Amino acid sequence: MARIEFRQVDKNFATRDGELTALAGIDLSVADKEFVALVGASGCGKSTLLNLIAGFEMPTGGTILVDGARITGPGPDRGVVFQHTALFPWLSVADNIAFGLRLRANRGKGSPQAVTQRMLERTGLLPFRARLPAELSGGMRQRASIASVLAINPSTLLMDEPFGALDALTRSVMQDFLLEIWEQERKTVLLVTHDIDEAIYLADRTVVMTAHPGRIREIVNVELPRPRRYEMRSHPGFIELRDHVTGIVRSEALEGDAAAGQAA
Amino acid sequence: MSVDDNVTRSVDDTFSAQRSGKAGRRLATVLQYSIFPVAVLILWQISAQVGFVRRNVLPAPTDVVAVWYDLVTGATDSAGRYSGTWFDHAIASTWRVYAGFAWGVALGIFMGLLIGLSRIMERVFDPTIQVLRNIPVTAWVPLSLVFFGIGNAPAIFLIGLGAFFPAVINTTHGVRQVDVTLYKSARMMGADERELLARVILPASMPSIMTGVRLSMGIAWVLVVVAEILAVRSGLGYLLNDAYLFYRNDVVIAAMLSIGILGFVSDRLVVLVRNSLLAWNKLETFGGQN
Repeated sequence: MARIEFRQVDKNFATRDGELTALAGIDLSVADKEFVALVGASGCGKSTLLNLIAGFEMPTGGTILVDGARITGPGPDRGVVFQHTALFPWLSVADNIAFGLRLRANRGKGSPQAVTQRMLERTGLLPFRARLPAELSGGMRQRASIASVLAINPSTLLMDEPFGALDALTRSVMQDFLLEIWEQERKTVLLVTHDIDEAIYLADRTVVMTAHPGRIREIVNVELPRPRRYEMRSHPGFIELRDHVTGIVRSEALEGDAAAGQAA
Repeated sequence: MSVDDNVTRSVDDTFSAQRSGKAGRRLATVLQYSIFPVAVLILWQISAQVGFVRRNVLPAPTDVVAVWYDLVTGATDSAGRYSGTWFDHAIASTWRVYAGFAWGVALGIFMGLLIGLSRIMERVFDPTIQVLRNIPVTAWVPLSLVFFGIGNAPAIFLIGLGAFFPAVINTTHGVRQVDVTLYKSARMMGADERELLARVILPASMPSIMTGVRLSMGIAWVLVVVAEILAVRSGLGYLLNDAYLFYRNDVVIAAMLSIGILGFVSDRLVVLVRNSLLAWNKLETFGGQN
């Protein structure tokens, strides 16, 4: 059964220049424990789509079901990893990871101390447990951020360009870190990214979106074996998929610019 | 203690030409701190000594110290009718400051949270507060005397009113400034309203709240003097005004400096509380780096 299901979802925003259609006629279903990446040129509504699942926004039309139920708001079953790390600057790394488990909503999900200890070990942050977020590097901060979301054990992980602010080297290390975590925890993951390599390297399926309005252009099955290894990036299958997706995104971006030019 | 000092100190330790350099540096620091106040004192002493200004108009620092000593101890009677009264006045003023500060700041933070968190509360309260805060608190003196009569009540009312405005405005601002990602993240993890307030909004707005609290404390010491000149017959402000009427400028200056010192100590206390609450904030701001 599909864990997340979009049925003819539209999302409009009221802006100063009138109504803006961010998403139009989205149909998508994501299976349990599937890793899906959303790619597309900026403005294609991929982040909006994620916000709808997270419950931060409500659709203007259509329905979104999570485990067969409509979304009424954000909740700990859908953990969100933000691009700009959502770590509380006044809490140590350990207290940040324990934050969710200390909330009333997550009572009974295990002892905060034990879970935090396990997360610290798994993310390699044990030596830094007492540090404040400002004392961490960008990569460590994002690892702490992911750990704090995993601590509440959400069945779905929603990631909005989680590595977008990191340098290329750190980013590739973090991608492997995410894969490793996913192999162990096997959660449903939706990853928004503008990095096509990242999408193909990590995901089972890559959803390619187009802008103005945001629609799904194509869903690409990534049939590369798991566990994935860094060397696979030079695999001919990988390169073929990447070129295919890049082609769509590029032509869309160019058409979008041309359309915008005509409109102006 | 600045980062710079630590760096230079450790550099000194490694290149050990060193002891004399270290002592010299310390001497330089002491000089930097003391040169201006010492110069002012010397200039003041000379102009009083030479008779440049008449001695009972501007008493010399040494006279002020002598009178101050008698004010505190009552040992020499050089302060005349004020001899030995310092502690009574200081305690009266301090008590009023903290009583007014306490209710003003408490109400200010409470209202600031309400206004910052709720658009409805903003519409209900904010316009009134914005208008009232443009009335100088001293303009409230006549009305508060009519309402409360002479005594502690109008003094504590005025001080609290003055302390209220910086607290409410900075708290509102602090709440509005909370990083929306932190708020979203806590909501996503399932935080309820109370948890959001206690674990996210309050700590995140604390830097701004503490700025307001510090301003409130400063204003409280200004207003205690105003209130004691006009509304009460005790406290350092009363002492200052009474000594002025009896032409005891030495006592006036001793009272002024006493208020300055007590105000300074109060400010340091607020800073101490702030620093203990906001150790984390030092790492994230320019102010914490130097």
